[in-house]
Amino acid sequence: MNEQLIETHGLSKSYRGTPALRGLNLAVPRGSICGFLGRNGAGKTTTLKLLLGMLRPDAGEIRLFGEAVETEASSIAARRRIGFVSEDKELYPFMNVGQTIRFTRPFFPGWRRDLEERYLELFRLPLGKAVPKLSKGMRTQLMLLLAMARGAELLLMDEPTSGLDPAMTEDILRALADSAASGETTIFFSSHQLAEVEQICDRVCIIDEGQAVIDGELDELKSQYRRILLVFDGLPPRELSGLTGIDHLRQRGRTASLLAHGDVDTLVEHARSLGPNSVEVRPVTLKELFLDHVRGE
Amino acid sequence: MNLRINFSSGVPIYLQLMEQIKHAVETGAIRAGEQLPTIRKIAEELTMNPNTVARAYRALEREGIVEVRHGLGVFVAGPQSSAAKTAEIRKAGEVLRSAMEKGMALDLSESELRRVFEEELSRLQEKAATTKRQT
Repeated sequence: MNEQLIETHGLSKSYRGTPALRGLNLAVPRGSICGFLGRNGAGKTTTLKLLLGMLRPDAGEIRLFGEAVETEASSIAARRRIGFVSEDKELYPFMNVGQTIRFTRPFFPGWRRDLEERYLELFRLPLGKAVPKLSKGMRTQLMLLLAMARGAELLLMDEPTSGLDPAMTEDILRALADSAASGETTIFFSSHQLAEVEQICDRVCIIDEGQAVIDGELDELKSQYRRILLVFDGLPPRELSGLTGIDHLRQRGRTASLLAHGDVDTLVEHARSLGPNSVEVRPVTLKELFLDHVRGE
Repeated sequence: MNLRINFSSGVPIYLQLMEQIKHAVETGAIRAGEQLPTIRKIAEELTMNPNTVARAYRALEREGIVEVRHGLGVFVAGPQSSAAKTAEIRKAGEVLRSAMEKGMALDLSESELRRVFEEELSRLQEKAATTKRQT
């Protein structure tokens, strides 16, 4: 049940001395949809390339489907079970949609005709249309169809909805929800769209400067994290920054804004003892979590 | 049942879903014994994560609001369902515990507390009996 399909420990990778990943720890359990967030250059694409065996790590360990990926053979074995939907969407330009599907089918003995038909219907893809004439969204949908129909257990996607209109995005998210509901697919995708991650993911991983700063169940994070707003008579007392349990502290004039998780009640009690005029405790959105963790102070 | 989720709020999504289903049961939009949509259906209709829907259903089952009949689906539990009863008893226990703790803080002994509890209980029973007679 809680089997991890993706696991990395201390994963590091540098390009000509510039570190892209600095000890990334990641865990994606079977059946989940995990959103992979981070600023440009945070290490998202490098991580995906390492998982796909397109790059070799400098240090650290990758485990896919519970097995360590150490050799070329083990990487190939894992990749048979992975579908990859990339930004640069490699499809043959001289084929149309139907030809692409018929061409791909025989390569995969586990091809699922039922899924092929289901996603053709869901995406309303025009079978006769030539691949170069497809819109960006249709191309993504075709790649998604191919990845799902070949029976991939793990779907890796690099910004699958970037540049797509809202209706197209919704169709793709619905396909992801549908495939996760079957219990057969685990999905890990990078994105810049916080809204779509909130909507479709049960887990999020936020990466910053090559390390995971947040990795967990989205609803758990929302339950654990709180924003505490304090207003003082004058400047917030210096003791405030010394309180334990504060993840981030921002001060503006007479107000202080604290991001905290875990034992928030105790922290609020301690903050109260510093004599603020008002104390307000609010839930935290994914957007706040993201911005507080990747901006630094 | 008209479900609407605010995905960008800080309130956990499974809690939002639970509240809305509870509301639908309370207002009679769905009634005891009626079937709720499948996990897949809700996930597709709202375009949301199926595991989150499953989590809401599990929590509702623990609270005795719904019953999962394996292989058949999820149904609104009857008012007499044993799980609902257990949840109510637990809730009552919590309310009473804090009242009793307050009593203890007033330095009441165990037997004094018990007397207070029984007196209040019989008073409530009397009151219930009189209102019944009147109607």
